[in-house]
Amino acid sequence: MPTSTSNPGSSEKPGFFRHTFSTDHKVIGRQYFFLSLAAVLAGAWLSLLMRIHLVWPKAAIPFLGEIKPENYLAYLTMHGTLMVFFVLSTVPQSGFGTFFLPLQLGAPKMAFPRLTAAGFWIAFVSFLVLIATFFVPGGASGAGWTQYPPLSALASAGPGQALGTDLWLVSIGLFCVASLLSAIGFVITTIRYRAPGMTWMRMPLTCWAWFVTAILILLAFSILLVALTMLMLDRHAGTNFFIPGGLLVSGKSIEHSGGSALLWQHLFWFFGHPEVYIAILPAMGITSHLLAVFARKPVFGYKAMVGATLAIGALGFMVWGHHMFTSGMNPYAGFAFSTLTTAIAVPSAIKTFNWVATLYGGKIRYATPLLFSAGFVSLFITGGLTGPILAQPALDTYLHDTYFVVAHFHLIMAMAGLFAIFSATYFWFPKMFGRMMNERLGRLHFWITLFGAYATFMPMHLLGIAGHPRRYSDLTGVQYVAAMAPLQKFITVAAIVTISGQIIFMVNLFWSMRRGPAADANPWECTTLEWALPSPAPEEGFGVQRPQVSHGPYEYNVTGAEKDFVMQDAPAS
Amino acid sequence: MSAALRLGILLVVLGCLYLFLAQPYWFPAGVSSQSALIDHQFKIAFWVLGAMFVAAHLVLAYVLSKKTRSNGKASGGSWRLEVTWTLAITAVFFWLHISGDRLWSSTMISEPAGQIPLEVTGAQFQWYFRYPGPDGVFGRIDAQKFAKADEGNPLGIDPADPAGRDDFVSTVMVLPVGHVVQLHLRAQDVIHSLFIPAMRFKQDTVPGMEIHSHFTPTQTGVYEIACAELCGIGHYRMRATVRVVTEQEFEKWLKAHAKTSGE
Repeated sequence: MPTSTSNPGSSEKPGFFRHTFSTDHKVIGRQYFFLSLAAVLAGAWLSLLMRIHLVWPKAAIPFLGEIKPENYLAYLTMHGTLMVFFVLSTVPQSGFGTFFLPLQLGAPKMAFPRLTAAGFWIAFVSFLVLIATFFVPGGASGAGWTQYPPLSALASAGPGQALGTDLWLVSIGLFCVASLLSAIGFVITTIRYRAPGMTWMRMPLTCWAWFVTAILILLAFSILLVALTMLMLDRHAGTNFFIPGGLLVSGKSIEHSGGSALLWQHLFWFFGHPEVYIAILPAMGITSHLLAVFARKPVFGYKAMVGATLAIGALGFMVWGHHMFTSGMNPYAGFAFSTLTTAIAVPSAIKTFNWVATLYGGKIRYATPLLFSAGFVSLFITGGLTGPILAQPALDTYLHDTYFVVAHFHLIMAMAGLFAIFSATYFWFPKMFGRMMNERLGRLHFWITLFGAYATFMPMHLLGIAGHPRRYSDLTGVQYVAAMAPLQKFITVAAIVTISGQIIFMVNLFWSMRRGPAADANPWECTTLEWALPSPAPEEGFGVQRPQVSHGPYEYNVTGAEKDFVMQDAPAS
Repeated sequence: MSAALRLGILLVVLGCLYLFLAQPYWFPAGVSSQSALIDHQFKIAFWVLGAMFVAAHLVLAYVLSKKTRSNGKASGGSWRLEVTWTLAITAVFFWLHISGDRLWSSTMISEPAGQIPLEVTGAQFQWYFRYPGPDGVFGRIDAQKFAKADEGNPLGIDPADPAGRDDFVSTVMVLPVGHVVQLHLRAQDVIHSLFIPAMRFKQDTVPGMEIHSHFTPTQTGVYEIACAELCGIGHYRMRATVRVVTEQEFEKWLKAHAKTSGE
């Protein structure tokens, strides 16, 4: 009987139940990938609805009709929640990480495979609960993904603030548990399951990023879980963590007293800022990795990259107050938080420098993953350079909660993150699905997305500078805001084009899954261990034969080598 | 592809340059004592960081070209370059940071004596401005007990407190030009944020807290106030205006209001 594993579809298929509830990290990684795909489609659809409503408020949407202000707030809350939790912190870490961390380390499997599987299924339920909030009385929560109380604590404060917000809290609470379970597996696998010879300094930068991110998840999501529980208790058990006394909401007295609305903001951002790095560190690791592969050069300053990753991880927990310069926090705290925020810009700049230096002098192969990685560097620079403006409390006071901030985080976190996700998808697709994606469509997708991302988000800086507050469901309430409608229209058109361009990606993805040319074991000529296995990676992984690692992760352009690279498990020379 | 990629990056840079140099939308004219300082600080940061944006993209376009291919052994790093770059970028970022902190210190920390006391209350979806009247003292407030918007007491000023009898509430913020306004910011239900772009002023109003802040209008005129913290479905229309008038007009306005509320 032929047992070729390089030919997808020919191997014996495990039963539906065993395959679906698999403890194989490769199956779970793919499941996370499709979960994020569903979430990103929903999130993008919501952003489309918001952009259309802003500039054509009377437009009737098929099946939905006219969008009302409460719908708009529900859309923006759900857009943020879906994108931050289910896309940006899911696919780069739990998707690609779950699939590739054990393979790149030469581990036989993920530590605690049942916890890893449980993590996915809890995340899946969490996603269903979140989507369900659209269909409860009052609709989905409209308090924004940041859920500031008292707005989020009081059912009477708005249409989505009753059951919609309860379910939002349940959903994200489940998501916290899922992330914690998954992160434990990452940390233990990295510490205990590395192949013989895979020293810390031979780990690919992707593994470093997943490892540090997993630690951030353990610390940050446990805080969020506590905060969500406290808010839930305030809503239903009569506690007073976040609700101060004397409130009068739409003419009705609120029977609470003694809570602090700012306490939530401190807890939330103590999670929320590390969360930004949870989203972007794996993206940085992927970019570092791919630039070396496609420039056919070692990563410039590997040790500096590892150091910068650790520094970002540590400093990430000390900057949360920069979200709160106008919150009523003591202004003296502004000095501390702005200093630490400026400090965290330094390791980010080190990384940027090393990316550029890695490309310099390389024999660059201009494949789609390289294009998206170059796009990542560009977007990271552009989004990053508004950071030193927002880090200054005096300037942030004016720009806070305007479109300037929307532009900043969409460029550096959302778009940069998305570009890394795309580059990783094109790059690892052969190992995940056994086939190659189409290059032509990939390039077309890149160009539309690059220009589209810039055309959508750059003009938002100007709106913010002109004082346009964010989270406005309608432009007509304030006169100077209404005057900015022409630029808002331009942004909407750019967003429609950009999002429509993603159809090319979807077609490429699903067409290549079935019809793409079969992939070799190592189509990109990489050094790392996942490419020592056939494509797609077989179920048993490395099985009982653990690789013996004798080389660093980025031995490209090696003089005297047979090819221009040396695999990590090649015999020591 | 190399040429296309570099051309694409250059197009992005040119597009951004056009946008930021043409400035189809920009800061409204500043009309408070801090606006010139903030605009100046922004301008410095804008030019320094803008230059870095252009330079970084030119370098990125350059390293993405085929021409830089080296034939020798590729460099895996250089601590000398790494340290030089890190020190240089640290110097630039912290220079910006320190000048920013000095500005924060001068606008927020060294507080001038307030001359015009004014209480601002955010409520879904309306701003209320309370003036203390001739005695200069705000009366006690208990919104849950006394607030009745339709009876002219939307904030719930305690009728038993003598300090509150001459207080009056306006839905327009009226201020005399050239005086420091001492703000007492409060919220009745959820968090709001008082945003006056022309004054370069923004401060959240938080239920359960009374936040003190200040600014000094320097030009007469009418300016818009917006809410900058998501507060519910009417967030987008929580608008008010500031009317900055001469001192004489302000006195006249105060008197007119003192009369009507003293009845």
